[in-house]
Amino acid sequence: MEALFSIVVGVLTASGIYLLLRGRTFPVIIGLALLGYAVNLFLFSTGGLNTHAAAVIGESLTPTDPLPQALVLTAIVIGFAMTAFVVILAIRARGDLGSDHVDGQQGEEGDIPR
Amino acid sequence: MSQHLVSLPIVLPMLGALILLLSGKASDTTQRRVSVLFTGLLLLVTLLLLRQAAAGELTFYALGNWQAPFGIVLMLDRLSALMLVLTAVLATGCIMFACAGDDMRGSYFHGLFQLQLMGLNGAFLTGDIFNLFVFFEITLLASYALLMHGGGKERVAAGLHYVILNVAGSALFLIALGVLYGATGTLNMADMARRVALMSGDQAALVTAGALLLIVVFSLKAALLPLYFWLPRTYSSAPAPVAALFAIMTKLGLYAILRVHNLIFVDSIAETAITNWLWWSGLATILLAAIGVLAARDLRPLVAYLVLVSVGTLLAATALDTPAATSALLYYLPHTTLICGALFLIAELIGQQRGKAGTRLVRARRLYQRHLLGGLFLVAAVGVVGLPPLAGSLAKLLLMQATEGGARIWLWPLLLLAALCALIAMSRAGSVFFWASYKGEVRAGKVNRAQLSGVLWLLACAPLLAAFAGPISHYAQATADQLAAPQMIIEQLLDNESTHELARSHLPPLAGASGDTP
Repeated sequence: MEALFSIVVGVLTASGIYLLLRGRTFPVIIGLALLGYAVNLFLFSTGGLNTHAAAVIGESLTPTDPLPQALVLTAIVIGFAMTAFVVILAIRARGDLGSDHVDGQQGEEGDIPR
Repeated sequence: MSQHLVSLPIVLPMLGALILLLSGKASDTTQRRVSVLFTGLLLLVTLLLLRQAAAGELTFYALGNWQAPFGIVLMLDRLSALMLVLTAVLATGCIMFACAGDDMRGSYFHGLFQLQLMGLNGAFLTGDIFNLFVFFEITLLASYALLMHGGGKERVAAGLHYVILNVAGSALFLIALGVLYGATGTLNMADMARRVALMSGDQAALVTAGALLLIVVFSLKAALLPLYFWLPRTYSSAPAPVAALFAIMTKLGLYAILRVHNLIFVDSIAETAITNWLWWSGLATILLAAIGVLAARDLRPLVAYLVLVSVGTLLAATALDTPAATSALLYYLPHTTLICGALFLIAELIGQQRGKAGTRLVRARRLYQRHLLGGLFLVAAVGVVGLPPLAGSLAKLLLMQATEGGARIWLWPLLLLAALCALIAMSRAGSVFFWASYKGEVRAGKVNRAQLSGVLWLLACAPLLAAFAGPISHYAQATADQLAAPQMIIEQLLDNESTHELARSHLPPLAGASGDTP
């Protein structure tokens, strides 16, 4: 399970970073979202990966660490708010700058003509 | 009551923000009054806390009475108190300036401003590293909205870069926290410090990786060399009072570096790597920022590059890692923050009287209130360059005295060169604005009383810091000594018998759980 988990986190991070380095806002936002998922999965695994182990002492023989779950919850909420904000900002930037390039460059296919 | 005083710098702005955000329909005057009232109260509270911390006692406040290392704890020492007072003083100047009309160019300025203060204060007070992340995010979210306040192409374009970079930075922050939690099994900074000191082998390697990743994230916030390219554009396009408040944002990164470096990783393998990285990138930041200062064609980017010079200086001083250097940097910190804040405000005042030319360094019509603005500009320029009568020169002198041996060969020339570049650039800017002008004036943008009081409030610090150099440098010295003795914090927070036992039974998760997985 550890191998699968780490491969998934690795692939998500790699795709996230690749997309983050693209020039248009849409791939960048998808990249940020993928990176966020990778981070959440990674945080979740920091308490050790246990199966059939509730995060409550006394419910199972080897209770798992509840703290990473709380951390992931916080990270998800913050990440969600940030993604929403970046989406709105990207729409605003396309409206104001007439281009969805992150540097506001003009003259490529799909730009609003001035 | 007095035991809850520590939580007030977080609770007060939160309350203010709630009131201001919920009463969106209230008149401009009411909003301004409430905002100024809360900022004034905050200043009062932080001054009380400073007095409490100056006596040398450490104050801990366990939120919800969950004892450390399990609950989140707020921690007040001399460094936190200094940063809190600095934030409150800067915020008071910014809010006075904003009340002249900048605040009503968009919605919810005052509410967002209070939220940003809450985030900053929380980050300075918290003793829990995940909580630090949360307060960083609060600060950043408020700063995104404040940066875009009033709208405009320039701001949206700069804001996009700033937001994307910082969201990616937050992801790195979380990865670093995950690594550190996996290796140590705790999030409380003092507890983490105690466990890091006992580590060896693979665990220590993990801690080193986590530590360096944390420093990368904080360097992004502090704007250190490979990670500073967002700053000049962002700061120069932000509305003036916001740009002035942002002068403390880079210092938030510096504070976080100082805190984790001096508390958590002080005796670990990571330490040499951290100081090396900070030293060379700090020096390179000074050099490149000095070139940027000379190359800037507009007053706002020029001031933004001056902020970078100060960041480089502060971080190079952090890397020296001696109590003398730390106390010099703590004396330099308030001066440079407040003067850079004041310069952003003065740039706005100059820009509004030059019509279309704005703050660009080109010949334009004569300024309407040239004597007043010239005087303000002169004081700020002398302060930021670090010329004798003001505190900047003393701070640089202290810093140069604190460097020893081989470090001198690098720091002295760079520091003096940067000061020379700043001097040249500021005198050129001043002569363009005040002497190289056409006849006739743009009769607009007269300096408002609120604007003037905001600028004077921030500028007054420069002579005050020089006049009270004795007590302030004593305080800085005491702070540096306190930072150099992190065992005090660890002992006072954790060494009470019951928590000690509990903490021992709470093993690091990776060590405890590695064999359990089916």
